[in-house]
Amino acid sequence: MSKIRRDYENSLWRKLVRFVYGENDSFHEKAGYDIEHPETEKRKEETFFEEVDYTKKKKESDKFFAKYSAIAEKRGEKVYNHFYKFLAAITCFSIIMILLVTVAKLPSFGNPDNPVNNEVSERYIEQGLEETGAVNIVAGMILDYRAFDTLGESHVLFIACVCVMILLRLDKETNDPEKLKALENDRDFEPKNEAILQHAAKILVPVIILFGIYIVLNGHISPGGGFAGGAIIGSGLILYLNAFGFKKTEMFFTTKTFSVVSVSSLLFYSLSKTYSFFTGANDLHSIIGPGTPGAILSAGLILPLNIAVGAVVACTMYGFYALFRKGGI
Amino acid sequence: MEILYAILLVFLIVCATFACLHKNFLTSVIIFMSYSVVMAIVWMLLESPDLAITEAAVGAGVTSILFFVTLKKIHAMDQEKNCDEETDTSEI
Repeated sequence: MSKIRRDYENSLWRKLVRFVYGENDSFHEKAGYDIEHPETEKRKEETFFEEVDYTKKKKESDKFFAKYSAIAEKRGEKVYNHFYKFLAAITCFSIIMILLVTVAKLPSFGNPDNPVNNEVSERYIEQGLEETGAVNIVAGMILDYRAFDTLGESHVLFIACVCVMILLRLDKETNDPEKLKALENDRDFEPKNEAILQHAAKILVPVIILFGIYIVLNGHISPGGGFAGGAIIGSGLILYLNAFGFKKTEMFFTTKTFSVVSVSSLLFYSLSKTYSFFTGANDLHSIIGPGTPGAILSAGLILPLNIAVGAVVACTMYGFYALFRKGGI
Repeated sequence: MEILYAILLVFLIVCATFACLHKNFLTSVIIFMSYSVVMAIVWMLLESPDLAITEAAVGAGVTSILFFVTLKKIHAMDQEKNCDEETDTSEI
């Protein structure tokens, strides 16, 4: 062992690290810590004998605890416990009552005089079809009037997936034996070629993914939209992954695919909506018109934005699952 | 229709309570899954099919799968299995 290394082992920082990880409380040692020193073996033996005496110590501590609890009961610990439970029950009950009173004071469901039915929703319902060209008013709201909200939501999903990647990703080039072991362990969880699952997946996966694509593409005509369709496509991909394993999915979906698809979708969303907001706010003529309502190629930007949101959501859902399972997409 | 609403809403309350109170994690997640499915039906009855589709796909599908994977990661399922095996051997 070199001199520098020994200094490092004795350094305050190293002691702190060992203290934090609970290896031993080196702050109480005067002699310092040296692996090759014969004293360490001696110390190990001592600790070993201490462990043997553990049952005796436990008896002593039990006795001490019994004595202490007896004293505590005398001093009114029991009363305090009862009081604590009583207070918790009162707090819980009062919160329940407050919430119930609030719910009772809410305006009744479906009443036309509710404060929700103001000029904003009136405008959405009356002018929405003309202004956005979307038959599905909800799609017109979330991707045209309030497209900024949806942009934030997609970014939140993307950032969440990136954070999971930072936390759970395992590098393949790592030399850390513990991490390599974890990687192998997770590979052991891979499907064992179950015939029932594979045959079911062969029939179900195309249907699920096709249904997801249908929902994404018809977001402006029928109920659904980018988020729901993307989640369905993601679930289909997860089922495929469970049935056939990572080797099959890695052929078409890798970390590169994930980053390219999500980043380009978010970039397209931001840029196209920037153009749309710019022309709308300055009363300029936009080259993207609402089109004929009801046609598949209509409603201006809503169809491409639905596709972008769907791509981000599908990638994120699949990415979450793959990162949880094997520490990499 | 009123009776159907009442049944569904009571089922939701029961599901929510038992998802919190059940000691077994796996059972909790499955109860939560059934809660999501019933919630999707309630959304459908409230005439918001958008939310129904999303609830069914995200609440009952992806979230539950992620819960299962997490339970596997923290070895909650293995522990149950081991506990069962231990009790079996002790009984024998």
